[in-house]
Amino acid sequence: MKRLLILVALLLFFSACGNGDEAAETARDAAEAELTEFELQHGIGPIDEPLDLGDVQIERARAGAEYFDSRCASCHRMEQRFVGPPVGNITESRSHEFVINFILNPEEMTQRHPVGQALLQEYLTTMPYQNVTEDQAFEILDFLRHYADTGEDLREQ
Amino acid sequence: MVQKITLWKVSTVLLGIGLLSVLMYGCPSQTEMLDTGDAAQRVYVAPGEYDEYYAFLSGGYSGQLSVWGLPSGRMFRNIPVFSQDPESGYGYSEETKPLLMTSYGFIPWDDSHHPELSLTNSMPDGRWMFINANNTPRVARIDLTSFETVETLELPNTGGNHASTFATENTEYIIGATRFSIPYDMDLDVPIDTYSENFDGSLSFIGVDEETGEMSMDFQILMPPYHYDLGRAGKGPSADWVFFTTYNTEEAHTLLEINASEFDKDYIVAVNWKMAEEYVREGRAETVPAEYYHNMKDENTSIAVSNVHDEVLLLDPRDAPDMIYFLPTPKSPHGVDIDPTGEYIVGGGKLATIIPVHSFSRMLEAIENEAFEEIINGIPVLEYESTIVGEVEDPGLGPLHTEFDGDGHAYTSVYISSEIVKWSLETFEVVDRIDSYYSIGHLMITGGDTPNPDKRYMLGLTKTSRDRFLPTGPKQLHPAQLYDISGDRMEMLLDFPTIGEPHYAQAIRADEIRDNVKQIYDLDANNHPHAVKRTADARVERDGDVVRVYMTNIRSHFTPDNIEGIRVGDEVHFHLTNIEQDWDMVHGFAIKGSNNAEVLIAPGETKTFVWHPQRTGIYPFYCTAFCSALHQEMQGYVRVSPADSDVPLTWRTGED
Repeated sequence: MKRLLILVALLLFFSACGNGDEAAETARDAAEAELTEFELQHGIGPIDEPLDLGDVQIERARAGAEYFDSRCASCHRMEQRFVGPPVGNITESRSHEFVINFILNPEEMTQRHPVGQALLQEYLTTMPYQNVTEDQAFEILDFLRHYADTGEDLREQ
Repeated sequence: MVQKITLWKVSTVLLGIGLLSVLMYGCPSQTEMLDTGDAAQRVYVAPGEYDEYYAFLSGGYSGQLSVWGLPSGRMFRNIPVFSQDPESGYGYSEETKPLLMTSYGFIPWDDSHHPELSLTNSMPDGRWMFINANNTPRVARIDLTSFETVETLELPNTGGNHASTFATENTEYIIGATRFSIPYDMDLDVPIDTYSENFDGSLSFIGVDEETGEMSMDFQILMPPYHYDLGRAGKGPSADWVFFTTYNTEEAHTLLEINASEFDKDYIVAVNWKMAEEYVREGRAETVPAEYYHNMKDENTSIAVSNVHDEVLLLDPRDAPDMIYFLPTPKSPHGVDIDPTGEYIVGGGKLATIIPVHSFSRMLEAIENEAFEEIINGIPVLEYESTIVGEVEDPGLGPLHTEFDGDGHAYTSVYISSEIVKWSLETFEVVDRIDSYYSIGHLMITGGDTPNPDKRYMLGLTKTSRDRFLPTGPKQLHPAQLYDISGDRMEMLLDFPTIGEPHYAQAIRADEIRDNVKQIYDLDANNHPHAVKRTADARVERDGDVVRVYMTNIRSHFTPDNIEGIRVGDEVHFHLTNIEQDWDMVHGFAIKGSNNAEVLIAPGETKTFVWHPQRTGIYPFYCTAFCSALHQEMQGYVRVSPADSDVPLTWRTGED
């Protein structure tokens, strides 16, 4: 009984002025942690609806090759595992939307997306955000699509 | 049993307090706490929240400038300026070493006293911070988008640049002056007791480019061999003038403690800088020899470059009438501070029993009426009574510096009696006083040196802490105290230790700077001649004994990370480019046995670390900045072979 009273006293003392708003916020955070069908398939980030990109534009792919070289190549090879996974075939195994979202929002992708979480577990290094614009990310995507389609690495020209 | 009784009592008391507090007061709302809160609540900035003001505190004998938040008193950054900083590699990396070059060679230390924000219409515009070096006279400029020192300028023919840095209305000029008079020709070899004959004072006017901020030594004014202590520019009606205090008008050169304290009055110097500038443009200044360094970070390459100058324009008041006057002021005055209206010129009469207040408009009348006591070296001395409008009685012992609240009051720091006195600009009477802990030098009010002060906070910058904190030995950090000045009485809110000697400070509303601060250096705009922007370009090149390693850093590896073919006696330059483009992702570099500090490399930046290997062996290098979960793995090896070795130069990272 005495122990119960101590407990009640402590609880009352420390929680008499509990904040109702905080509880509601925690509940909202939990809801946000659950991803939509689109996010599960295409990643979390600025691309939140399906894309229809059409054919690779070779000039944009060439520009993408340059950005890939300066922003990505330090960690990614086309065919071999390096610091990060090989990306030569990435446009076959992942959607265009997923690749763009991963480039533009790597931190949230590795923390909240199940595929990102699994990649982090395997590779251990969080992919850095490399401050590329959305347009540059699409150029990098064209570079990767061109490689996947033709096997030609535009950096080698 | 004893314990049980105690617990029982405690629980009953807790229950009582819990119930009582809820019953009597309910739950306090956030607003109520802010409105009626005590000092702790008024300085509390919750985790993740931002402070209202940036405060920049000079480091005094640390030679640096530290950045703090007000009202929390949290420190954000210590910016290296005049002293080498092994923590960041400032003054150790090849890019930053030139910033510490002077006509006396490379100087690793100085004493930085008075920071000054750049001004537009006498209000801080958040573009640059200037600060002086007292020992080997210099002025530095800090860019407030990067919070980095980008420029230093040496002041020739000057001994101790103390009355600096203070800016004119639109930062046309930063002023400087000689604190310890010396022969104007600095290399002159004369007996010290020929002081009056051979020694001179000089005032410096450093031009500032309004677009780029680049400084230049525009001209100097030759002065009698007094000591020039502090300065301020006028504002409003007095904006065309700058003011300096003098001491040692006795012209003593030994035991100044006594010999420079004989006269009842020394002077405040009033200089019409616009007129002086005109005289210089008209060609009345003489071109005289003067060796001095001007060092500036090249915008394009981010490498600091030194330029040596060999002459300066010198204006002699005897050839330039009506531009400069002496205002007699008691006694060995320290600060000279101009009120927000630009009318009152307040002297900090260090050894005086009053605070003297001159009137700018009466000064102009006295000049018009030629109310001169005498003329010294072409400089008229105005009659004391012709300019003085107030003498604040009972200000305490040793009044030093004054700032203003824009609400009719001045606040003067008082060193010997260790207090701050608040006095009325109408009645010139003390209305409030509060203790400082201990021995206050400067004080700083938010906007208190501008035409439009924020009557919010005052920082007292003190010289000893003694019993204020847990003791740390015979030498302790100098503290600062934060006061609330929004009400009728001054209230102390906070007392905190700072870096070095917080000699003087500046504050600016955070929103004037915050959104302009860079998060990264743009890799695409990096034009450093030794930058490598793609891992594919990482390489090692040999040219005689000079080996250049072009290395990239990204979480979490160096490219290359295995280097062989280095020889004893080589000079190895590691050109490190951090190819990250993410905010605050800094990498560092250090290698075993190097006689150098680490270098930190900001995202997108290139820094160069020079190493002279002296013994054969395997030398590990590693990233010193904890950068990721695999930071510990961010390392590499250099193999050093004998001087006559034929081990080929090779490099690799991973499978390559």
